[in-house]
Amino acid sequence: MSTLTPAAPQNTPPGPTALNTGRTPRRGKTRMDPTRNNTAAGIAAWLLALLFAVPVLWMILTSFHSETDAATNPPSIAANLTLDAYREFFGETSGVSPWPSLINSATASILSTVLVLLLAFPAAYALSIRPVKKWTDVMFFFLSTKMMPVVAAILPLYLFARTVGALDNIWFLILMYTSMNLPIAVWMMRSFLAEVPEEMLEAAQIDGANLLLILRKIIAPVAMPGIAATALICFIFSWNELLLARVLTGVVAGTAPVFLTGFVSGQGLFLAQVCAAAVVISLPVLFAGFAAQDKLVQGLSLGAVK
Amino acid sequence: MTTATARISRPGHHAAKPSKDSRSRERALAWARRAPLLPALIFLILVTQLPFVVTLIISFMNWNSLSPDKTAFAGFENYVTVLTDPDLRQAIFTTILLTVSVVLISLLIGLGLALLLDKKFIGRGLARTLLIAPFLVVPVAAALIWKHALLNPTYGLINGILTWVWSLFGSATAPQLDLLSQAPMMAVILSLVWQWTPFMMLILLAGLQSRPMDTVEAAQMDGATPWGIFRHLTLPHLRQYLELGGLLGAIYIVQNFDAVFTLTAGGLGTANLPYAIYQTFYFANEYGLASAAGVVVVIGTIIVATFALRTVFSLFKKEAAR
Repeated sequence: MSTLTPAAPQNTPPGPTALNTGRTPRRGKTRMDPTRNNTAAGIAAWLLALLFAVPVLWMILTSFHSETDAATNPPSIAANLTLDAYREFFGETSGVSPWPSLINSATASILSTVLVLLLAFPAAYALSIRPVKKWTDVMFFFLSTKMMPVVAAILPLYLFARTVGALDNIWFLILMYTSMNLPIAVWMMRSFLAEVPEEMLEAAQIDGANLLLILRKIIAPVAMPGIAATALICFIFSWNELLLARVLTGVVAGTAPVFLTGFVSGQGLFLAQVCAAAVVISLPVLFAGFAAQDKLVQGLSLGAVK
Repeated sequence: MTTATARISRPGHHAAKPSKDSRSRERALAWARRAPLLPALIFLILVTQLPFVVTLIISFMNWNSLSPDKTAFAGFENYVTVLTDPDLRQAIFTTILLTVSVVLISLLIGLGLALLLDKKFIGRGLARTLLIAPFLVVPVAAALIWKHALLNPTYGLINGILTWVWSLFGSATAPQLDLLSQAPMMAVILSLVWQWTPFMMLILLAGLQSRPMDTVEAAQMDGATPWGIFRHLTLPHLRQYLELGGLLGAIYIVQNFDAVFTLTAGGLGTANLPYAIYQTFYFANEYGLASAAGVVVVIGTIIVATFALRTVFSLFKKEAAR
């Protein structure tokens, strides 16, 4: 799924029309200026990449320092490594465990992702493989809901939750995350389902295959990687979300980002622990994000960029 | 994506003669096509559109939950307050400044990075992965790292490096920054630019790699300079991607809550509208006022989103026409 070098010349010949994805076929030739400037560009790119990565690398390094080594000026890069900050973060001495919030985040992210997929797949099917009339209008309606800022709806949601007793309830948050990710998922999945070759669908229909068989044998193999990427992106967005979680949850259903806000005014000597917390809570996203980095743009750009 | 055009107008399947029988069958077929769409559509309308209608209604009410007996219709009073109250006006201004500066700066740096990464060099995949990392750190965590590990005036990395560099030259009195209290807006912008540049880079890189190379090669053959190629071929091609990145970035950054909340807690003029609205209803319990401010954000977003939709639409059409 993760193509680290997407610019690699695609040597595949234009080939069987059905599978040609329509991208500009690149000949065996390398891209412009194969020799000139590349060393300089490489060095510049590497320097900038390192500059951008420094905060992340520093966060990881500091999380393995003792609190005293973490809080020094100038920085002590060569300090001894220790797992103390992680032990502290997992509540060995303080007794405050991050586990409930991590479990809440996992529950909310995974269940809302499942719900999103269950709702988005049929919708994407209706928008691509057997498109309804005016399917573009429907697509843009989905998109427009994503453009409405959360703050514009949060008060009624809060009041509703308070009235029906759904405040601090993980299920309500799951529903919110489902609605937050549904438009993106529909857009992404539509573009993946649209890649299923028409000819194969028609051939299967002529052979009398039923819908389930077509789904399993023809649509699933082509669309599965895309569906997996959609799921990862929905997971990331739910895992990252703070505002809704902060307003709608509290003690019982608080998620990991809400737990992190406990460190906002953390005083002085907890730097290593703050970094350990940031590392632990970012790990799932870092893994998922690196796995789906190409699709991530596609998801964020609502499927407009491929 | 080759087959999308065929699908838009896909007439072939049931082009039956319009007899009465077939007409009702066609109607049933249309509903059968619509059915899979309905759960998602209905769910989304209920959960996103309905609350906004309620927000709209509350925005015309005088409603502070601490004094419920004074709840009444207020007309445009809340809107007048939003536009005249110095704090809320400041929040509008902050939102615009934050969004515009973060989008422009991260677009520019992202463009530079995309151009570099479009070339071949050793370890390009790894460099790209490193560059994406800022975008993948959980936003609250990223803001916490900026606040505590990087910008902290006494032991943050930035001041630490200053001390270290100055000590190399034998000086014990390195200049020390305190962005968080001296220039909090800059601190917020800096952390957001760091987080959003990778996004811009990825979109622009996708744009660069969809560039038809034959025209570039032809231009090279005709002796065009690299700058000429960039100015007259690459940039026009990238225009849509620049617009898309800018507008989507704007839509996400207008809504930013995490960075403002974490870095400055809205202090010293850094409260943007989402944060101000959060405070207005969560702590001040001014429901009517918060709703009016929410509606103002939506109006602002609609203005940006109209442009965004047009850009997405043109890319989308291009894709559908392939």
